[in-house]
Amino acid sequence: MSAASTRSVLEPSPWGQRFAALLVILYALITMIPLVWIGLTGLKTPPDAIAYPPKVVFDPSLEGYVNLFTARSRQTPEYMASLPPPTSWYDELVRKRNMVITGPSRFAERYMNSIIIGFGSTFLAVFLGTIAAYGFSRFKVPLKDDLLFFILSTRMMPPIAVAVPIFLMYRALGLSDTHLGMIILYTMVNVSLAVWLLKGFIDEIPMEYEEAALVDGYSRMQAFWKVVLPQAKTGIAATAIFCLIFAWNEYAFALLLTSGNAQTAPPFIPIIIGEGGLDWPAVAAGTTLFLLPIVFFTVLLRQHLLRGITFGAVRK
Amino acid sequence: MAEIRLENVHKAFGDFVAVREANLTIAQGQFFVLLGPSGCGKTTTLRMIAGLEIPTSGRILLAGEDVTNRRAADRDIAFVFQLFALYPHMNVRRNLTFPLVSQGVPRAEVRTRVAEVARLLRIEHLLELPVSGLTGGDRQRVALGRAIIRRPKAFLMDEPLGALDAEFRELMCEELRLLHDRIGATTVYVTHDQVEAMAMADVIAVMNQGEVLQAGPPTEVYNRPATLFVADFIGSPAMNLLPAMGPLAPGSDHARVNGAEIPIPRLRDGLAHEEGVLGARPEHITLSDTGPLRGRVFGVEYTGVRQIVVVDTQAGRVRVRSPNTVQVSAGETVGLEFSKEALVLFDRRSERALRSESIHGAGRG
Ligand SMILES: Nc1ncnc2c1ncn2[C@@H]1O[C@H](COP(=O)(O)OP(=O)(O)O)[C@@H](O)[C@H]1O
Ligand SMILES: [Mg+2]
Repeated sequence: MSAASTRSVLEPSPWGQRFAALLVILYALITMIPLVWIGLTGLKTPPDAIAYPPKVVFDPSLEGYVNLFTARSRQTPEYMASLPPPTSWYDELVRKRNMVITGPSRFAERYMNSIIIGFGSTFLAVFLGTIAAYGFSRFKVPLKDDLLFFILSTRMMPPIAVAVPIFLMYRALGLSDTHLGMIILYTMVNVSLAVWLLKGFIDEIPMEYEEAALVDGYSRMQAFWKVVLPQAKTGIAATAIFCLIFAWNEYAFALLLTSGNAQTAPPFIPIIIGEGGLDWPAVAAGTTLFLLPIVFFTVLLRQHLLRGITFGAVRK
Repeated sequence: MAEIRLENVHKAFGDFVAVREANLTIAQGQFFVLLGPSGCGKTTTLRMIAGLEIPTSGRILLAGEDVTNRRAADRDIAFVFQLFALYPHMNVRRNLTFPLVSQGVPRAEVRTRVAEVARLLRIEHLLELPVSGLTGGDRQRVALGRAIIRRPKAFLMDEPLGALDAEFRELMCEELRLLHDRIGATTVYVTHDQVEAMAMADVIAVMNQGEVLQAGPPTEVYNRPATLFVADFIGSPAMNLLPAMGPLAPGSDHARVNGAEIPIPRLRDGLAHEEGVLGARPEHITLSDTGPLRGRVFGVEYTGVRQIVVVDTQAGRVRVRSPNTVQVSAGETVGLEFSKEALVLFDRRSERALRSESIHGAGRG
C-alpha cells in the first residue's frame, strides 16, 4: 500500500496542506503590516516618524512613550542652561528638545478608565448573559421565542443610531461622563450578543449532568455552579472576548458621552498633540499599549477560543 | 433500602399522556424491571420516582413516606442515566465522591468508601483518570459506583446497558445481577429488551403507551400474559396468537380454531362475543400427525439443539419449537398438537386474557 492511500479521503494532500499554510502565513503577514508599523512608529523620534520617504531603519527612541505619559513645556535656551543636570533618562530625553516635564499626562488615567469600563461591562454582560441564557435554555419561559427575538432585535440597528436620545437621557440622569454610565451602556449593547451566544453553548450541555447533580443531593443553584458553569467555560470565554473587544474599542459613544472624568483611551489617543500638530510617536505608543490587554486576554483564553468561536461545532 | 410505591401516578405533557394511572409496588430489596417498547413512558416513570419530574396526579411513596413533591436532592435515590452522565470535567475519583461531598461525609470515610466501591467494581486503576477517555464498560462501572457509593434508599437505572456492545452487555447483565444480590438494594431497572428483563428481574412490569399492563415474576408474565400486547412482546419468537371463535360460556374447556376443537384449561370467564384469540408459546406446540390443526411447513430455522418450524395453517402462521431430532422439510403437511395446560385465551376486543384454571394459576391483569 502506498503512503498516499493511507491518508483519509477528507484530509487534503500534502501539497494542498503546504499551499494552505502558505496562504495563511501570507494573509497573517499582510494583516500584521499596520500593526508592525504602529509598533515601529512608537519607537521613532517625531522627525523620523514623519520623514519622507518613510524610514524603515532608524535609531529607536523612547521619546514617543515619554511624551505619551508626560506633559511638557518649551523653555528658552537660557532657562534650560540654568537648570541643574537632569535626574533621569527621560528628563534628559525631553531636554534635548528644549522642554521640561511639567507633570504626568492624562493617558494613564484614560487607560485606567478603559480598563474599568471595558472589563466592568464585559463582566456584567457575561454574568447577565449566562443566567439569562441558562433560564431560556432550561426553563419554560412564557413567550420565550418572542423575548429572545426582542433581545436580539436590540442589536439590529447600530447603537449609535440612538445616540441622541441616550445623550439626552444620560444628561438628565446624571450618567454623562461617569464610569457607571459607560458600563451600563456597553453592557446594554453587549448583553443581547451574550445571551444568544451563551444560550447556544448551554443548549449543547445535556440536561442529564444537572439532573445527575440534583439526584446526587445538590440544589439547582449548586448544580449550575458545579456542573453547568465548568462545562460552559469555553462559551463564556468566547463570549467574554467578543464583549471585551466591543467595549474596549468603542469610539463613538465614548467621544460623545465622556470628557473630563470617564473618558476612555479611544477618543483620547488620536488627539495627543505635540509640536506642530499630532505627536505621531506618542499616538503610536498609546495605540500599541492600547492593543496589549486584548492580546493578553486572548492569549490567556486561547485554548477555549478555538473551540468556542466555532460555536460548539467541534465540541467533543 | 426501602419499598417504593406508586399510587395512581399520572403524567401528562400537555395533551399527551406519558404515564396513565400507574400503580406499582416495588418491594424492599427487589430487582424490579420496567419493560416496554421505546416511548412507552418508562423513563418518565423512573424520573418521577427520582423527583426529576413531578406527577400530574397520584402519589409516590418511599419507605411509606409520601415524597411526591419532594426535591430530587432530598429523596436519597441514586439514578444511573442512559448515557451515564459522568461529569466530564472531573476525574473518576471526583465523580465518585461528588454525591458524598453534598452529604458532608467526612474525608476519611469518603476515602474508605471510594476504595470499597472501586474494589467491588474493579476500577481501582481508573480512579485518577479523566472520564472522557474511558471505554463504555468502564463508564458504566463508574456510573454504578457513583450510585452505590452513597448507599441510597433505592437505585434507578435507565437502560444502563443500552450503550454497550452486545457481547459486553451480556457480561454486565450478569455482573449487575450479582452486584444486586450482594448489596440487596431496591432497584428499578428500565429496559426495552425482554431478554435482559427475563434474565435479571425479580418482578417485571410491562408497559405500553403509558399503561402498566402487567406486573409479576418473569415466569408469570411469560406463561400467563395478561394482555395480547404482553403475549406478543415477551418471548422470542413471540407467543402464537390464533383467532378463536366465540362465544364461550364460563366453564368451557375447548377453543375452536378454524373448525378444530382444541382443549384448553377450563375457563372461569366467558367470552360474550365471537372474537377470541388462542395464545400458545412455540414450545407448547408439538408436531404430530394426529394434531387437530393442520398446515404446511413453510420453513425451518435452526437454533442449536432446538429448531423453529414455521407452519402455515388456515388460521395463520404458527411457530413451533421442536427438538432438531424431528425431521421436517418445507412443503410437508403436518399436524399441530397443543399442550392444554399452557394455553391462554384472550378477548380480542378488550385485548385481555380470560381467567382460567390453569396449572400456572389464574391470569391476572
Ligand atoms: N418533557 C417532555 N415533554 C413532552 N413529551 C415528553 C417529555 N418527556 C417525554 N415525553 C414523551 O413521553 C413519552 C414517553 O417518553 P419516555 O418516558 O422517555 O419513554 P421511554 O423511556 O419508555 O422510551 C414519549 O412519547 C415522549 O415523547
Ligand atoms: Mg427511555
